[in-house]
Formats: sequence, C-alpha cells, structure tokens
Amino acid sequence: MKFIKFFLVGIFFGIVLVKSEAVSWYRIIEMFKFQSFHMYGIIGSAVVLGGLGVWLIKKMKVKNIDGKVIQIPPKERSFTRYLFGGSIFGLGWALAGACPGPMYILVGTGVFSMLIVIAAAILGTFAYGVLKNKLPH
Amino acid sequence: MEFILQPWPWYVSGPLIAIVMFSLIYFGKTFGMSSNLRTLCTIGGAGKYSDFFRFDWKAQRWNLTVVLGALIGGFIAVYLLSDHRPIALNPQTVADLSELGFKDAGQSLLPPEIYDWDYVLSIKGMGILIIAGFLVGFGTRYAGGCTSGHAITGLSNFQLPSLIAVIGFFIGGLLMTHFLLPLIFG
Repeated sequence: MKFIKFFLVGIFFGIVLVKSEAVSWYRIIEMFKFQSFHMYGIIGSAVVLGGLGVWLIKKMKVKNIDGKVIQIPPKERSFTRYLFGGSIFGLGWALAGACPGPMYILVGTGVFSMLIVIAAAILGTFAYGVLKNKLPH
Repeated sequence: MEFILQPWPWYVSGPLIAIVMFSLIYFGKTFGMSSNLRTLCTIGGAGKYSDFFRFDWKAQRWNLTVVLGALIGGFIAVYLLSDHRPIALNPQTVADLSELGFKDAGQSLLPPEIYDWDYVLSIKGMGILIIAGFLVGFGTRYAGGCTSGHAITGLSNFQLPSLIAVIGFFIGGLLMTHFLLPLIFG
C-alpha cells in the first residue's frame, strides 16, 4: 500500500507527458530546430515554478511526509562528466526522440518497438558501470 | 471535458510537471527517471561486473512503481483522454522532415519511419533504435541524470552541474538534429 502514492504520481506523470506532446519525437526535433516555443515553455515553466517552490521549501524549512525537513541532495561538483555525458545523452535523445521517462510512457501508448530502445538503454547504462573508472569525470 | 481531450498547452503542462517533482520531494524522494535503468541492471545481476551496480535495489522499488504508473498513464492518456488530433507542429518542421523522408509529421506521436516494425526489422532500423537507446543509457548515467533529474530538478535547485549537463544535452541534440539526422535519413 505504501507504493500506491508513487503509482498514482507515475500515472499523472504519464498522462501529463502525453497530453503535453513532450513524448513526441516530432516535438523534440522541433525544439532542437528552434522552430517552436512549446518545449521551451514546458521545461521553462516547470523550472520557474520548481525553482520558486524549492526556494520557498528551503526558506520555510518545509517538512516532508515523514516529518523531516526537506533536503534536496546537491549534484556532485564536476565539469567533464556533465558535459560529456550530457552530450552523449543529447545525441540519443534527438535520435530516439525519447528520454528515460517518455520511453516507458510510450510503451504504454502502444509503441512496443520502444522496448528495443529501453533494452539498449539498459545495456548502455551497464556499459557505463563497467567502464566508469576508465572515463574522465 | 473538451479541454482535457485536446492537447494541453505548455503553461498547463510545465506547472503540472513541477507538481510531479514536488510530490516526489514531499514523499521523501527525488524526481529522476534514468536511475531506474541502473536499478534494472542491478536486478539483472550486473553487480557481478561492477561495484557501480552493487546497491540495495529494493530501496528503489518506489521509483520502479513510478515507471509502472507512467506506462499506464501513457495508456490512459492515449486511449481515454485524447481526441487524436495531429500535433500542431511548425509547418517548417513538417517541411524539413518531409525532405528527410518523414511523411505526415505530427500525425502520430512517433515517426513510423523509425518505430514501425517494417523499419525496425531492417538492419538500419534496428541499428538506429539500438544506438539511440545505448547513447541515452550511457549518457544519462555518465551525466548522472536526464531531463527529469537535471533539467527539471537540478535547475529548480540552482545546481550548476545540472546547467552544464543541460548545455551538454543541447550540444548532442543539436549535433544530431542538424548534422547527423540528414546523414542518416537524407
């Protein structure tokens, strides 16, 4: 039962991403061609509201469901891994038209060939784990 | 009801995504979808090959539950909450894609020229999906996050690393869209 709230958040997330068309390959290409404000509007408004909310949460020391003061873990400091890793992800994002959330959502919309992309993404993650210590971070 | 059935504008969708992030934060977690790929590696026994995969995956079951929900959400959105109208793309995008061989851009969520089985079951088509997926899986873990973890959560939390990652997302995405897609499909 304790998982039901996560299940509901997931359903909501899946619906929003389909209804916003953010799961569409075409919308991603349109974004990378700077031919529409749509995707920038989605990410931009999420970040503006998100930034405001996170700022308020920290300032007012808001507590979470367990009664603990909310802390959002900071990202580890580095430059190389974010730029290299980010660029590699970007190449895949524009080719597949789906990032790791939409991949699953799109399977739900009935695109079963997406399972091949998911399998390959698991393989890519595995390759990173094996090569991790040889890569510049 | 009509408002629900038609596509949702960005100023509705973006804030709703922020609500997803806040819900997970309130539940004591964080919003990050690519972590699930690592969890799935661990469940598959990848811990034998790298200590990167040696962690208690059961602590990540909540996130796999989000994934399951998202999949069902996708089903609900398409089959119950949609009027199946075409995506209102910029006509220039449609024209550009038509030149690359993508007919009827916007008539479906994904291009049949990449995702239909006729194409998927060719060597080129299969190669495209495998390479694309591999890059997504490798890149997100290398960068320590994807669109949800960096672009939404990281930027909302004023993290410089996330800004660098998002700049990387665009370097890769622009390279693919403007130089590689014309080579692959042109």
